[in-house]
Amino acid sequence: MTGGDAILRSLEAEGVDVMFGIPGGAIMPTYDAMARGTAVRHVLARHEQGAGHMAQGYARASGRAGVAIATSGPGATNLVTPIADAWMDSTPLVCITGQVRSNLIGTDAFQECDITGITMPIVKHSWLVSDVREIPATMRAAFHVARSGRCGPVLVDVPRDLQEATLDFAYPDDVDLPGWRPPTKVHPLQIREAARAIAHARKPVLYVGGGTLNGDACAELARLAEAGTLPVVTTLMGKSAFPETHELHFGWPGMHGTKWSNLAMNTCDVLVAIGARFDDRVTGKLSAFAPGATIVHLDIDPAEISKLRDADIPVVGPLQTAVGELADAVAAQRAEGAPVPEAWLSQLRAWREEFPLRYDTSEEWLKPQQVVQALQRLTADTDTIVTTGVGQHQMWAMQYVLSERPRSFITSGGLGTMGYGIPAAIGAKAARPEATVVCVDGDGCFQMTAQELVTSVLEDLPIVVVVVNNAHLGMVTQWQDMFFDGRRSHVHLTAQVPDYARLAQAYGGVGMVVTDEGELETALEEALALGRTTVVDCRVDPAEQVFPMIPAGAAALDMLEYPGADTTVEARAL
Amino acid sequence: MKHTLSVVVEDRPGALTRITTMFARRAFNIESLAVGPTERPGVSCITIRVDCAQHSLEQIEKQIHKLVNVLRVTELVAGEAVERELLVIRVSAAPEKRAELVTTAEALGGRLLDVGADAVVLELTGTPEELDAFHELCHPYGIVDLVRTGRIGVPRASARRRPARRLAAIN
Repeated sequence: MTGGDAILRSLEAEGVDVMFGIPGGAIMPTYDAMARGTAVRHVLARHEQGAGHMAQGYARASGRAGVAIATSGPGATNLVTPIADAWMDSTPLVCITGQVRSNLIGTDAFQECDITGITMPIVKHSWLVSDVREIPATMRAAFHVARSGRCGPVLVDVPRDLQEATLDFAYPDDVDLPGWRPPTKVHPLQIREAARAIAHARKPVLYVGGGTLNGDACAELARLAEAGTLPVVTTLMGKSAFPETHELHFGWPGMHGTKWSNLAMNTCDVLVAIGARFDDRVTGKLSAFAPGATIVHLDIDPAEISKLRDADIPVVGPLQTAVGELADAVAAQRAEGAPVPEAWLSQLRAWREEFPLRYDTSEEWLKPQQVVQALQRLTADTDTIVTTGVGQHQMWAMQYVLSERPRSFITSGGLGTMGYGIPAAIGAKAARPEATVVCVDGDGCFQMTAQELVTSVLEDLPIVVVVVNNAHLGMVTQWQDMFFDGRRSHVHLTAQVPDYARLAQAYGGVGMVVTDEGELETALEEALALGRTTVVDCRVDPAEQVFPMIPAGAAALDMLEYPGADTTVEARAL
Repeated sequence: MKHTLSVVVEDRPGALTRITTMFARRAFNIESLAVGPTERPGVSCITIRVDCAQHSLEQIEKQIHKLVNVLRVTELVAGEAVERELLVIRVSAAPEKRAELVTTAEALGGRLLDVGADAVVLELTGTPEELDAFHELCHPYGIVDLVRTGRIGVPRASARRRPARRLAAIN
């Protein structure tokens, strides 16, 4: 068979059911092999960045590696943003790119670009295939590296002549990677020490990050929290790892986290980081973060231990094992009489009562928070996956969507990639066709990847896009107003151009406009029931800001709270 | 604080680039770097002198170890390892000064490699400190070219305890 066939047989052997891509010159032999037949469904994106984010959405919704495929040169460079995003958020992603013919490499040939070189700082590993017979072993290694240890992106670059060359195909059972040995075991002494510290803490907090989802450790986390009666705070990437209506869930930390969560994290005596990496958006000023707390840090990646905050008790290993064993050990400690931190839990509940999320409703404007709250009411207790773009709407989604099931909230955290939401939703729908998939998007984000609505319509992967349309690059506007004396610089997008509803119709979907609260729930309900690709353009108050807020570089406890109705935040004309 | 790391890698395309790219991206400082084959076919050793003013040695070592082509990372601890470096230098030396220069160089273990009308080429293998001293000594004569290989090393054979601390304690 040809190298192109071998790529497809390898994907089949890996159990891949969907790949996302766009053909082009240097990948044509592999697309020709697709025309001969494959068990892998190909979803034709409209931009390679869309294909990459779809593969990411697929990966985050399913837990399997997402696959994106593109041609050389611009096709490959368009994948750079999804690769960087997958790198920052540890999403397992396998990118396959065509490369110019082997004898043309290095000659500046048409659509040649050194994509392995360009992506080197943002992949776990990459391969430029130099012999057609290497394809099966390379594909095997690529999937293994993407999924094992800390998940992340890999890239396989295949010159066109090798896709055409022939080989005897045999898919290897094992990988030959002597230098890749991610941790497989957990040190029992570390578990014992961690359990003792946690069970005897007066003010413990579980600080849960995205690694918990990647490590399939959500059930173990629930066991740990319940066995120890331990409060759980989930980061943006950890959102949905723990049911957010659970009595032990205490919100979200960081820049736009809730005040009670930041109080909990920053006044605790034992902070248990589980698959979390002390990101600056969570800690604020690092030197002032969780002062005096004993740090227990569980992670699959040894390099995360003491990278930013020294760990007092490091636990390195697969989180499913680590958290599971920790749950047993903490349960044993509780059985031996280590007391439940009742006073601390009462304090946290009191803070939650004292500092709720707040906003003012208005006669004049629909409020963005109302949009997300309505969505939450309509989707509670249903199998719904929410994706987001990046910005104010993302923060409101974090605050007001209550995720119940693992992998039901999909967002771009580390890289903060605007435009992530729509393609990620399409990928999630491909992974979980039975789920309702909703993208809570901003008007700025929407315009960065809106072309993928076509993919959604034509590939029968319907999603609902709720555009929180405040006519601005909202988060930048908020920063200009708060930190640049209100000097608005190139942030006004307008609410009416483009006409989002008609654009949705042009792409073959359904478009709706909501301008006041009275229409909101009906419109959303209809959109959710249609089973078609639908855009709900919600025209919201452009003056609304996200609160609370820890200004960048400030200590977490110096957070700014919602100023209230008689505020210095002026209503601004469009 | 400076440290020497011995990084054993699979001899694959890009193996060195992956390490240097990672150093650049994480703003780790490389003072010197030497690459060459080892006793095992297909396996190379990269000796890196790193400046740990900003980052902990442990963090640098863990980040190197995560790279897929890296087989082993070891610190060559001062006093517990033998480190050597090669220096080749072209020094301007008029005929009347030549004998003095060569005699001094040979007294320090240097060797004369080439003689020209108004310059000589010398080599010296030694510890980096010896090379520094030799460099200083040649200075008054007028250095035309100077190159150093960067240090390489192995654990001492005579060390009682396991001389090179194996840092990559994964698991």
